[in-house]
Amino acid sequence: MSRNIIKFKNKPSIIGSASVTGKMESEGPLNRFFDLCSGDSKFNMDTWEKAEAEMVRECAEIAIKKSNLKHEDIDLSFAGDLTNQCAASTFGMKDKKIPYIGLYGACSTFALSLGMAALSVDSGVCNIALGEASSHFCSAERQYRFPLEYGCQRPPSAQNTVTGAGCAILSKHTGSHPSVIEFLPGIVKDFGVTDANNMGAAMAPSCADTVIRYFSLSDLSPDDFDLVLTGDLGYEGHNIFLSLIKDAGIDLENNSDDCGKLIYDTNKQEVNSGGSGCGCSASVFCGYIMEKLKKKELKNILLIGTGALLNTGTVLQNESIPGISHLVRITAED
Amino acid sequence: MEYIKCFMFGGFLCVIAQVIIDKTKLTPARILTSYVCAGVILTGIGLYEPLVKQFSCGATVPLTGFGYSLAKGVESAVDSNGLLGAFTGGITNTAGGITAAIVFSFLFSLIFNGKPENL
Repeated sequence: MSRNIIKFKNKPSIIGSASVTGKMESEGPLNRFFDLCSGDSKFNMDTWEKAEAEMVRECAEIAIKKSNLKHEDIDLSFAGDLTNQCAASTFGMKDKKIPYIGLYGACSTFALSLGMAALSVDSGVCNIALGEASSHFCSAERQYRFPLEYGCQRPPSAQNTVTGAGCAILSKHTGSHPSVIEFLPGIVKDFGVTDANNMGAAMAPSCADTVIRYFSLSDLSPDDFDLVLTGDLGYEGHNIFLSLIKDAGIDLENNSDDCGKLIYDTNKQEVNSGGSGCGCSASVFCGYIMEKLKKKELKNILLIGTGALLNTGTVLQNESIPGISHLVRITAED
Repeated sequence: MEYIKCFMFGGFLCVIAQVIIDKTKLTPARILTSYVCAGVILTGIGLYEPLVKQFSCGATVPLTGFGYSLAKGVESAVDSNGLLGAFTGGITNTAGGITAAIVFSFLFSLIFNGKPENL
């Protein structure tokens, strides 16, 4: 079996999706597309980590309800987040008692869980699969940098971790829902970037690698897609990505965008280089993009989740930051 | 006039740090520790004392001033106790500042909680 694009001949459909976000995202340009926008980033819990688990729980609950299903109908679930050992996903999903596969892809986790859920349904091992990912600004700061109380400044190239979760439910092809038809898992790429405050630059090379590999393996060209959406490269990272693929002869200037750029209004909100985190691509896709796909305003898209695979230990040991980008192709056409 | 001189010098030290944050990849933690070390070294070679005389709290309040306290503490402890003073003098002289930091941060953490906004 060669390293080709995984094609889903049975075209699993996304029969339901949900997105839940925190306060800052509720003040952004996409707020009306999210199912639930909490004005309280603590979600009535007493710690940030518990808040994120609650957000995961709530998001999956809404997605399952919107699909007219019950917990018992879901055969397999895939979820991940940025906390140590993906605790937020574990604690958020445990009450649902669904067979659970924890995943880690840093900020690319949503594309990864969507691809894996689609793979499970397409292969026939299950009828209904769930894919989710989440992140929370406060738990991510404590995880990767410093607790909020430390009050440190962040430089202009830093991104704002999105407080958000997105969940998608995949089933056998229905003919009346958007379908996931291709999945290209990424390869870990390390270009020697060491600045933990500039994730966009660390992830852009792996994103370019996945896109270049995709177009070299596929019969399609960039113009066949309405939108090539990257996960969270941010303004700086997205520009680096566009110039890297241009050098390889791929022009996406007119039909590419980035979830980290879409989720906030940089003129009104202080978010430096844009949004990041698993919740960024998860909430933007499950809220905003799904709406566009259902209305067929977008027909054929690529979602490329981008992740920076560092941890606090590797940074302190002066290791560089490797990146990975997973690609999923979704179509609104039958 | 004295207040203005204090303010200008203290502010000047802060501006240097801000420029370092904006223009380099140094983390805030590294900048803070560099300031303390710089204060110790400058005091040791006699360059900081004149600044303290000129600008008083503009020189003692910023972190370089903490380095100054450490160094002055070591100086006087070595004068009275010899080599042992190199170990005891620094922390003894800065005990007030360190304890205040712990006590006040603990008190404030009891009253206030971290918020995600305005970071």
